[in-house]
Amino acid sequence: MPDAALLEVDGLAAGYGASAILQGIDLHVAAGETVAVLGSNGVGKTTLNKVLSGILRPRAGSIRFNGRSLEHAAPSKIVEMGLVHVPEGRRIFPDMSVDENLVLGSYRRAKANRAANRERVMAIFPRLAERCRQPAGTLSGGEQQMLAIGRGLMAEPRFLILDEPSLGLSPLLVEEMFMLIRRLGAEGLTILLVEQNVVQSLALAAHAHVLENGRIVLSGKGEELMSDPRLQKSYLGM
Amino acid sequence: MLAPDILLAAVLNGLMTGAVYALVAVGLTLVYGVLHIINFAHGAILSAAMFAAYFASLAGVDPYIALIGLAPLFFAAGYAAQRLIISPASHGDDQNVLLVTLGLSIVIENVLLTAFHSDTRSIDVPYGFASVDLGFAFLPLPRVVAFAVACVVSAALWIGLHHTDTGKAIRAVAKERYGATLVGIDVAHVYAVTFGIGAACLAIAACLLLPSYYVNPRVGEAYVLVAFTVVVFGGMGSVPGALIGGLMIGVIESLTGLFFGESLGQLGIFVLFIVMLLLRPTGLFGARA
Ligand SMILES: Nc1ncnc2c1ncn2[C@@H]1O[C@H](COP(=O)(O)OP(=O)(O)O)[C@@H](O)[C@H]1O
Ligand SMILES: [Mg+2]
Repeated sequence: MPDAALLEVDGLAAGYGASAILQGIDLHVAAGETVAVLGSNGVGKTTLNKVLSGILRPRAGSIRFNGRSLEHAAPSKIVEMGLVHVPEGRRIFPDMSVDENLVLGSYRRAKANRAANRERVMAIFPRLAERCRQPAGTLSGGEQQMLAIGRGLMAEPRFLILDEPSLGLSPLLVEEMFMLIRRLGAEGLTILLVEQNVVQSLALAAHAHVLENGRIVLSGKGEELMSDPRLQKSYLGM
Repeated sequence: MLAPDILLAAVLNGLMTGAVYALVAVGLTLVYGVLHIINFAHGAILSAAMFAAYFASLAGVDPYIALIGLAPLFFAAGYAAQRLIISPASHGDDQNVLLVTLGLSIVIENVLLTAFHSDTRSIDVPYGFASVDLGFAFLPLPRVVAFAVACVVSAALWIGLHHTDTGKAIRAVAKERYGATLVGIDVAHVYAVTFGIGAACLAIAACLLLPSYYVNPRVGEAYVLVAFTVVVFGGMGSVPGALIGGLMIGVIESLTGLFFGESLGQLGIFVLFIVMLLLRPTGLFGARA
């Protein structure tokens, strides 16, 4: 592990009511790195993201972001610090225009650079530029995912969580989405990529962790894991 | 047959009443749209605001002047009530919020009853019986002022909701609370601001009503009953629905009164309300389920 980790999660546990979901999660992400968290449906990936963004309180363990602890921080404070979570299912504002969605992306952070960041997002996603006045709810699934990411970028994140960005996209768009994530990573953005799409995620992640039943069962460098027999057996059907 | 100018005068009078209905309804619909609850304290807050305007008037402050102070005061009170009473007492459960607002209305109403009894009071202002001569009809001056101010307030509210960050945040929380939280919007703050706006609209409505209306601890309730039909009529949670619905309900009440007698005016509202529920249960601007 690089010692200058931007995010350090140690011994994290979380759950809902009587059900314990996450247990003993250790996760370190260095600045500028793309780290993947992989696992099938229901293993606790989204739960982890909710804890990191302050929606759900951890039951044990510590979360340090940029040297500050997050266990008791409000979601708005966490965004202010630059940890931005683009959720599963997009959660855009459906009856507001594409532009208004982007404006709200900078509600808490980088307000002063709003115009410049809008230009940047429009350059990354030209399709959003064509539809900037359209209600976001009328966009296609792929466009909505672009908008969700664009909205996240409006806050000039220091750390971007992407929760299943390729979910529900056509194969062509999935390809495009992973190219985009690679590009954002290459530009220096720190990314936590949460995916079920194992092969494409491993191809671009520096490190990856496999989650099963709320525990990390396998960790390693991206390419190494790709050839790991345990992973091949359970996720790649080999 | 009725002369067209009588009909036109009735429509204009209806629009004047309707503008105040709209103002009362807009707070109710906004709170519903954002917090997804009916604020049962709405009527009691209106009564309280009318008492506040009444005592300001006794102290020599004209209601139209008192408006300038009472609107921010009620905004602050609404904000604090949501943050310090309603939200903590409901432990994050929407159903509890409903009950807490019901409790709040009972407390406010009983405080008013204890302090002022159920006497009906009114004020005398020099312009109380002044009117505006349109050539074919006279419109009572207080109602013309009420209409104008209600229009300005509605326009300001619309601009605020669409062109400020706070307004956009309110609309965002209304439709996508989770997404709003993730962009860093403080949902508790937005709830409180929304409550505050609702209370401020009531304070303004109270100041507009007082010169031509009466005050007692239950006066707000009667108004809110009509406002509630406006909210359903316009579509629950729709601000334009409440504004246009308020004007329409005012006109319908006025025309029913003209054709069937003053005392049946409100009957027209409720007949229309039922027809609306049968034909288009989501209201004029309501989202299709
Ligand atoms: N709000 C909730 N309340 C109770 N249980 C939940 C809630 N959200 C998720 N779960 C449960 O937690 C487990 C992990 O869910 P989640 O973190 O969404 O998994 P993933 O994102 O990996 O598909 C699942 O068993 C799910 O049923
Ligand atoms: Mg998930």
